[in-house]
Amino acid sequence: MTQQLAGPPAGATGAPPGLIRPEFDIVPRGGLPIVGVALVGLAVAVGTNANWAVDFFHVVGGGFWTALDLFLGFVLGPILGRLSIPARVELTTRLMPKMLLIMPTLVTCTLVAGWQLAKESGNILSTSPNHGWVVASMIVVAVMAVVALGVLEPANLAVLFELKKPQPDGQVIASLMKRFIYSAGITGAMQVATLIIMTRLATR
Amino acid sequence: MSTTSSGVRLPPVAELAVASIVMMLAGGILLASRIPGRPDYPLSIALVAVGGAITVVDLVLLLRIRPFAWATFRLVLRWALLAYGVISALLVYVFAINHTPGSTMAVLVVTLVVFAVDVPTILAFTVARFAPPDGAPATPLAEPAP
Repeated sequence: MTQQLAGPPAGATGAPPGLIRPEFDIVPRGGLPIVGVALVGLAVAVGTNANWAVDFFHVVGGGFWTALDLFLGFVLGPILGRLSIPARVELTTRLMPKMLLIMPTLVTCTLVAGWQLAKESGNILSTSPNHGWVVASMIVVAVMAVVALGVLEPANLAVLFELKKPQPDGQVIASLMKRFIYSAGITGAMQVATLIIMTRLATR
Repeated sequence: MSTTSSGVRLPPVAELAVASIVMMLAGGILLASRIPGRPDYPLSIALVAVGGAITVVDLVLLLRIRPFAWATFRLVLRWALLAYGVISALLVYVFAINHTPGSTMAVLVVTLVVFAVDVPTILAFTVARFAPPDGAPATPLAEPAP
């Protein structure tokens, strides 16, 4: 189901005439049970101290998180910037609601399981030879958390709300989307640092 | 200062909340980096206290904004508080499972509570600042295409 907009009144900064926007849910409700299963599974893995399960959550969660961040920042982001407005809107309304659920879930699973692994392996201890690398990874994660929670996720949500309006303001959307572009470099660098740290830890 | 969609000047609500989050993360890393030795409680507590104070100031500044899209703000805040409350509760559970000492646990719980307030505030504020303020006429619905 789609909405077709009439042309905006003179002087308005709304969407271009004839822009078709697909109907979408800001939070895709079908994804909520999957998030629930993931978080409950994580809690059970940590509670039972099942090493394989904890490792699974950390490696799979971290792998997906890193890959998604790098792909979105350096591949899809530039492509999105070159699409026509209608194509950009269509991709945004289909992709960003899913990202609203996927990214926090992946991050939570990765960090919680990572903490558990660091504790069980002894790497978290200040006496461990890997302690410096673990602290470095915490700092890297903290930088990513500030960027994601302070810039990216609010912009993501605000764009979706703007696209829900009958007359979305293109300038608002453009301004919010610019945050993704400017933040991609920071999160990309942090993800590369994470890859270096984690592969180093795994091979020491 | 930024402005709402209706041109009302806004205090730096999101920026202050981010500053508080930075304090929380720094305090948490300081605590975690000293395990199993004695954590640097004075510095960690100071960071959490400063972050908490920034959050309180932030909320006071936020509540004084008039006019503002408070209905939109509350809508986003409600669900974001639920989401980040669940995440914070999961983290408390993990710390409890790992027999975190009481004093460290207390600092971590306060950290997570402030964190669980800051993030939803940023989300709700960022959305609401672009929404029509309460009582303003809603954007007219587009006429159907001929």
